[in-house]
Amino acid sequence: MPFGNTHNQLKMNYIAEQEYPDLSQHNNHMAKVLTLEMYANLRDKQTPSGFTVDDVIQTGVDNPGHPFIMTVGCVAGDEETYEVFKDLLDPIIEDRHGGYKPTDKHKTDLNPDNLQGGDDLDPNYVLSSRVRTGRSIRSFCLPPHCSRGERRAIEGLSVEALGALDGDLKGKYYALKDMTEEEQQQLIDDHFLFDKPVSPLLLASGMARDWPDDNKTFLVWVNEEDHLRVISMQKGGNMKEVFTRFCTGLTKIEELFKEKGHEFMWNEHLGYVLTCPSNLGTGLRGGVHVKLPNLSKHEKFSEILKRLRLQKRGTGGVDTAAVGGVFDISNADRLGFSEVELVQMVVDGVKLLVEMEKRLEAGQSINDLMPEQK
Amino acid sequence: MPFGNTHNNFKLNYSVEDEFPDLTKHNNHMAKVLTQEMYAKLRDKQTPTGFTVDDVIQTGVDNPGHPFIMTVGCVAGDEESYEVFKDLLDPVISDRHGGYKATDKHKTDLNFENLKGGDDLDPNYVLSSRVRTGRSIKGYALPPHNSRGERRAVEKLSVEALNSLDGEFKGKYYPLKSMTDAEQEQLIADHFLFDKPVSPLLLGAGMARDWPDARGIWHNENKTFLVWVNEEDHLRVISMQKGGNMKEVFKRFCVGLQRIEEIFKKHNHGFMWNQHLGFILTCPSNLGTGLRGGVHVKLPKLSTHAKFEEILNRLRLQKRGTGGVDTASVGGVFDISNADRIGSSEVDQVQCVVDGVKLMVEMEKKLEKGESIDSMIPAQK
Repeated sequence: MPFGNTHNQLKMNYIAEQEYPDLSQHNNHMAKVLTLEMYANLRDKQTPSGFTVDDVIQTGVDNPGHPFIMTVGCVAGDEETYEVFKDLLDPIIEDRHGGYKPTDKHKTDLNPDNLQGGDDLDPNYVLSSRVRTGRSIRSFCLPPHCSRGERRAIEGLSVEALGALDGDLKGKYYALKDMTEEEQQQLIDDHFLFDKPVSPLLLASGMARDWPDDNKTFLVWVNEEDHLRVISMQKGGNMKEVFTRFCTGLTKIEELFKEKGHEFMWNEHLGYVLTCPSNLGTGLRGGVHVKLPNLSKHEKFSEILKRLRLQKRGTGGVDTAAVGGVFDISNADRLGFSEVELVQMVVDGVKLLVEMEKRLEAGQSINDLMPEQK
Repeated sequence: MPFGNTHNNFKLNYSVEDEFPDLTKHNNHMAKVLTQEMYAKLRDKQTPTGFTVDDVIQTGVDNPGHPFIMTVGCVAGDEESYEVFKDLLDPVISDRHGGYKATDKHKTDLNFENLKGGDDLDPNYVLSSRVRTGRSIKGYALPPHNSRGERRAVEKLSVEALNSLDGEFKGKYYPLKSMTDAEQEQLIADHFLFDKPVSPLLLGAGMARDWPDARGIWHNENKTFLVWVNEEDHLRVISMQKGGNMKEVFKRFCVGLQRIEEIFKKHNHGFMWNQHLGFILTCPSNLGTGLRGGVHVKLPKLSTHAKFEEILNRLRLQKRGTGGVDTASVGGVFDISNADRIGSSEVDQVQCVVDGVKLMVEMEKKLEKGESIDSMIPAQK
């Protein structure tokens, strides 16, 4: 967001108390953590690209809370943000990611052979399966902070790398600015394109998707909330196939970037580094659109999801409501578990949820099916 | 908007071409003026508070055009923006303000006695009369750019100044963050309170940051004199009342404004003003007088007449919906106000409104009777 050079120094003319935001009406992770003392300690710092603590927290100041989800309320502007502002971000990460400590190590596992089952979720209930993650390209600023030149450079690099994919991953790039309104709407309806920013939580800067021929099963978004969002999806319940394509494609893309001298932002502690602290680790959200009209009205629905380490969203994605008893069910965790582990939870969990739905349809109890806390 | 220290220099690692915005689909004043060469020249500059050319233009880049109005597409972050970025802003000002040149001088006239007539606009047609302007407090950054500390300092100073007013101006300050939803809705319905910012034009310029911190409304007991604190400008000063007595509205406006200015001066914070641009405000469209004087007037017939736009043009007036900028009219009632801001004085501009609205009401009456208005079409003012 910022482009100025001297404004952070100018703010130092005011004491911390005068600059500290009023968070009394706020309910997000940032507001729970940021004290006046912490703000005072951090406010004269900046990352090498000039991101300041006020940049980190602005979204959380401007959006006090959300009715459905506990929002994070802060973002990173570059890789170094997580280091320079660790006093703020470590406790947020800990609170958001189930107690993940500053000394913890994260594991990456993108071997689809390690996934058990997942090829037989009932397509009468499971309408579609999808796995997405994000990737940031090292040495560039992140979407909240990048200039037009940086954003275009990321696009240029990404298009080159993606253009080198072949076989069933071969595809094409469509720049948002050349798309007609009709094309955009169609893609939104297909669940391929993110909505134009309706959620005040997200900053979208432009987007493109890339699909091979008619299959539209592997897509990459460029410069939306992260440098890259990589998505594998298809109708029906064969999550194994979706995950296999996901891992294969992602690994190939990473190789292609490396050939051009660009790595993804990753470290042993935080895993893949992304814009929103909620997406650290795997950055993976794997899920299904599944019909659960009976189960979703059951009083224990939220409890069941919790125990399975799953979360529900509406079918428009984050910040939307469910339509017609169809829910988006996905893994709740991102960090501290590997990709395989998270998709395993989705596969096992959704299998159980569908069984429960069938029981309830038949007017039977589901009490004996209640799972333990995973 | 910006708070970083080093990011502008960081951008210089990219060529001008790589950083220059794509304005091919754009239709606003900034896009008409900003060439790549100009951008190249300005991009390494900043004002003393750190406002850069990218900050100036961001709202115009993010908002390519508006269906009803030709938007400006750029904002100032402080008083110095108009000097440091004059290569961009002078042509924008000239285009927006009818050819106003970089060497022109602006006149200020807040002597209400110089207004002729204006006390007898027909209240059967003229539902309400209003005059507003903005003021910026010298020494502070403007709403696109100020920090929370600065914004709060502006609020504190303003509240001190306003609370020392007396007589018909005696009033009270209502900070936005302690107003109930019900109070807010009432004030919006009364046309007293500014909307929560939803216009992408304002959002794109960073004016909604930290909302509602340090924003509020001050008004006198009669609700005929109001001051908005920290909306699109540091201060918006408004005089308004039901009916058509624009003379009274303007008198209260001038008297109140001058009293406020005296108090600010005593605190060593005068208003931003210079001989060339008059009063300095956030949006280049509000330079000069910053004055918008107008009425809500019923013109159901005239507004559907083929020559309505032309008439307004010649009278140097503009129309808006009754919700203000960016809204549509409801029930044939229009907000009619002066189109000019700079190059003519406050008295001149309100005179245009008074004379112009008087004429349009006469035209409306003629059309009601089924008569022609061709003989009444005015010459270009």
